[in-house]
Amino acid sequence: MNSITQLFRRRQRDDDLSVSIQEHIAERTEELIAEGMPRAQAEQSARREFGNVALVEQKSREAWQWPALESILADLKFVLRRLRKSPGFTVTVLLTLAIGIGANTAVFSVLNSVILKPLPYPEPDRLVSLNLDAPGAEGLASFESGLRLSGSMYFTFSEHNRTFQSLGVWRPGTSNVTGFAQPEEVHAVNMTDGVLETLGVPPLIGRWLSAADYDPKNANNIMLSYGYWERRFGGDRSVIGRSLMVDSRQRTIIGVMPRGYRLVDQEFDILTPMGLDPHNEPLAGFAYQGIGRLKPGVTIARSDADVARLIPVWMDSWTNGPGTNPHWYKVWRIAPAFRPLKQEVVGDVSKLLWVVMGTIGVVMLIACTNVANLLLVRAESRQQELAIRAALGAGRARIVRELLVESLALGLIGGLFAIVVAHEGLRLLVAIGPADLPRLTEISLDARSLIFTLLLSVFSGLFFGAIPALKYAGARVRNVFSGAARTASAGRDRQRARKTLVVAQVAMALVLLVSAVLMIRTFWRLRNVDPGFSDAPHLQTLRISVPDSLVSDQVAVTHLQNAIADKLGAIPGVTSVGFTEAVPMEGIDPMWDEIRFEDKSDNHDHPPLRLFNYVSPNYFHTMGTRIVAGRDFTWTDVYGLRPGIILSEGFARSLWGSPAAAIGKRGRQFTGMPWQEIVGVVQDVHHNGVSADPPAIVYWPAMIANPYMKNTIHAPRSVTMAIRTSRAGTESFLAELQQAVGSVNASLPLASVRTMQEIYSKSMARTSFTLVMLAIAGSMALLLGIIGIYGVISYAVSQRTREIGIRLALGAQKSGLKWMFVRSALVLTGIGVVIGVCAAAGLMQLMKSLLFGISPLDPFTYIAIPLVLVASAALASYLPARRAASVDPVEALRAE
Amino acid sequence: MAKDSDRRDLFPGALELMILQSLRLRPMHGYALVKHIQQVSGDLLQVEEGSLYPALQRLLRERLLESEAGTSAKGRPTRIYRVTDAGLRHLEQEVSSFEKMFAGITRVLAVAKT
Repeated sequence: MNSITQLFRRRQRDDDLSVSIQEHIAERTEELIAEGMPRAQAEQSARREFGNVALVEQKSREAWQWPALESILADLKFVLRRLRKSPGFTVTVLLTLAIGIGANTAVFSVLNSVILKPLPYPEPDRLVSLNLDAPGAEGLASFESGLRLSGSMYFTFSEHNRTFQSLGVWRPGTSNVTGFAQPEEVHAVNMTDGVLETLGVPPLIGRWLSAADYDPKNANNIMLSYGYWERRFGGDRSVIGRSLMVDSRQRTIIGVMPRGYRLVDQEFDILTPMGLDPHNEPLAGFAYQGIGRLKPGVTIARSDADVARLIPVWMDSWTNGPGTNPHWYKVWRIAPAFRPLKQEVVGDVSKLLWVVMGTIGVVMLIACTNVANLLLVRAESRQQELAIRAALGAGRARIVRELLVESLALGLIGGLFAIVVAHEGLRLLVAIGPADLPRLTEISLDARSLIFTLLLSVFSGLFFGAIPALKYAGARVRNVFSGAARTASAGRDRQRARKTLVVAQVAMALVLLVSAVLMIRTFWRLRNVDPGFSDAPHLQTLRISVPDSLVSDQVAVTHLQNAIADKLGAIPGVTSVGFTEAVPMEGIDPMWDEIRFEDKSDNHDHPPLRLFNYVSPNYFHTMGTRIVAGRDFTWTDVYGLRPGIILSEGFARSLWGSPAAAIGKRGRQFTGMPWQEIVGVVQDVHHNGVSADPPAIVYWPAMIANPYMKNTIHAPRSVTMAIRTSRAGTESFLAELQQAVGSVNASLPLASVRTMQEIYSKSMARTSFTLVMLAIAGSMALLLGIIGIYGVISYAVSQRTREIGIRLALGAQKSGLKWMFVRSALVLTGIGVVIGVCAAAGLMQLMKSLLFGISPLDPFTYIAIPLVLVASAALASYLPARRAASVDPVEALRAE
Repeated sequence: MAKDSDRRDLFPGALELMILQSLRLRPMHGYALVKHIQQVSGDLLQVEEGSLYPALQRLLRERLLESEAGTSAKGRPTRIYRVTDAGLRHLEQEVSSFEKMFAGITRVLAVAKT
């Protein structure tokens, strides 16, 4: 009702106003007549004096309106009506925008969730990762994780520091849970006191592990993750106090952490206390990741200095055993290099994400230029209408506003559709995203992403709307009505805006294509690197861990592993089986230590650290790693504790020049131990992924005399089985694997069952992700660029039909005419290419770290891409140019 | 409509002030209002129609004026504008604040001259 009375009142008001103004003019007219002016002249004069009646009326009406909103709504109504009337244009623009804004929103959501959002812990700014630097430990830098903390360091740091509120160390691992129908391997985090306090998230139910729970004699209480609690216990709150068999030991559940809680970036099922002995830890054992919460107001630099002071204290307080020099580590020059925890979690993925964001942003820019181009054409065809409106009294601002309302409406409607696109795109992105993308589970389309969508919609609307608005708002009345626009060819100036847009598009497309091609070439280079194993799709891998509580004797562990390998080898279709502590690219933290060689005495005090791996006989054969010289280990070597050494090829070459020369040389870990003979040299293996150089690797047999503790045996308890078979990955084969392992020991779960191909692809995931993103962006850019060129040339042709007609009538050659149009396209492309090449050369330096085996200025790419672009431009302009040449001069001239 | 070079723009609110003051003397229609201000100011001030009608509408909206149907001097229908009580109060306030301001300006100018 209200709106109807309002409407009625408004109409009344408008009528009153008109009456007033009419009377005003009439009275003035009469006055002028009275002064002796002829009526016609008086009327004209009165009107002229009054000025623009429509404008005065409008301004008067606006006095009643809530600041201009109503007139904007009126504009909007008009705009929507006009958009409905040209569905082709509207759909094209909205689709372009929905995809462009949607893709940007999706990538932004990932960027936001991974990089921008703070970590999900209270006061996350005070959390630091306790990384250590050890520039004196030669060889350490070539390993993935750097120097980690040892148990003794944890005790020293946590007792004597002055800058931390709390700190702790932890290590991810796996545990076997038994007592249910099937044994299960779960993700466990083994941690010390201080870790939970540092992260500061209270448990959902129950309580945290307390200081007493970390006592090595009494470390039997555990906590569950929300996910495991739901999966295994159906979210039953009475789970507190229940016991669970973990690694064949009875443990008591005392608490459950809330949903989404992760330890730094580690998903886990159970949290177990690390029972470190506060009185008897060795100096070494650098295996733990440390985290700490700074006291309020403390900087990282201050905590660095604080802990640097504690390194000598650490060496004074602990020992590696009798007869060892605790101050030996001085040469390593261990120093704290603490980092914000977030930086540790996010890692170097931020660069990749920014590159993808930038790329998608450029595609958006190109899309906007295309839309701007479309709007320019539209505005051009409306030029008469706009001019008439200007003549009837529409102010310049009024016309600009209407054009902007149109583009903003397009932007916002496009943004609305974009949310749908982004939602789907995000699912796709997470699916194809790099497997090691941190904070993957936190990725969502949140309020910040939606604000981003809104801003992007508004800004793109203003951006592509401003170009035609500025150009046509001031359309000079005289120009339009004089007919110049209709009969003559377009002036230089009229095409300039559109030409500039095309040049910009070509340049941006070039940059994207160059980056896409560099990525493709990187990918091919990586594919062609020999990883050190062969035929990955036909290599099945799985992990088996034998807990101490199940089999305590080390020799028995190896026998068990051997028996499993034999059983697996007996499965039909299996040609070879071997096992190792870690297969390449698996991401398992390497064991590393020193090795001394008999004839290289110059470096015996502080030999570089080398990657160690423990392998079973037949492992190399199974993996397809070539034995370059010498021989493989045998089971007789293993059980006879006759530990030979096998070296990687590059390592052997660097020491003795050739693999063959290494055979028979001798080495040992520590002085005083017996020398071991080098029995074989194997092909280099890219242990840390194909993009990293293959490290020097020392292979030991699967069981050796323990170098760290006299009269004991060392054998890895967790090993990866490698199985060569054409049936790898098939359902039936997996069932047989389970059966084979179960027949040896029913309490052993199979974990990480995957083919070597999966491991290999996963290690390439970042590169392939970048590749896919850039390839999509590049092809979109190329397509949009071609459409842009086609649009400009074909519009030019349609505008110049008369001119073409005249030229033909005067005897111009058709081929010459075609060339004229193609040439103008090529000139634009040429300028764009030159700008693009310069921009690409600069920008590609930013991508350097993502490239492999290829220069950011790769000449092939920089020649091929411009050629492709020029060829595409020629084609895109040839089609409309041919139409120009087929113009019938008679038709063209008769049109007037 | 050409502006004389020595004629200044009015300051904000001045037009409304003059409209209210003029209509206080007697209710008038638009054209009469223009004529009235022109005559009273001895042709020093000329009200532009482009500002007058929006200003009238603003005053109507603020309920400082009301309008009614009436006839012009020539007997044709038009709207007659009349000051409301609120309009009178507003006028008093505005006049007094205007006078203060004017006195202030005058004093400053006087000092500057000596």
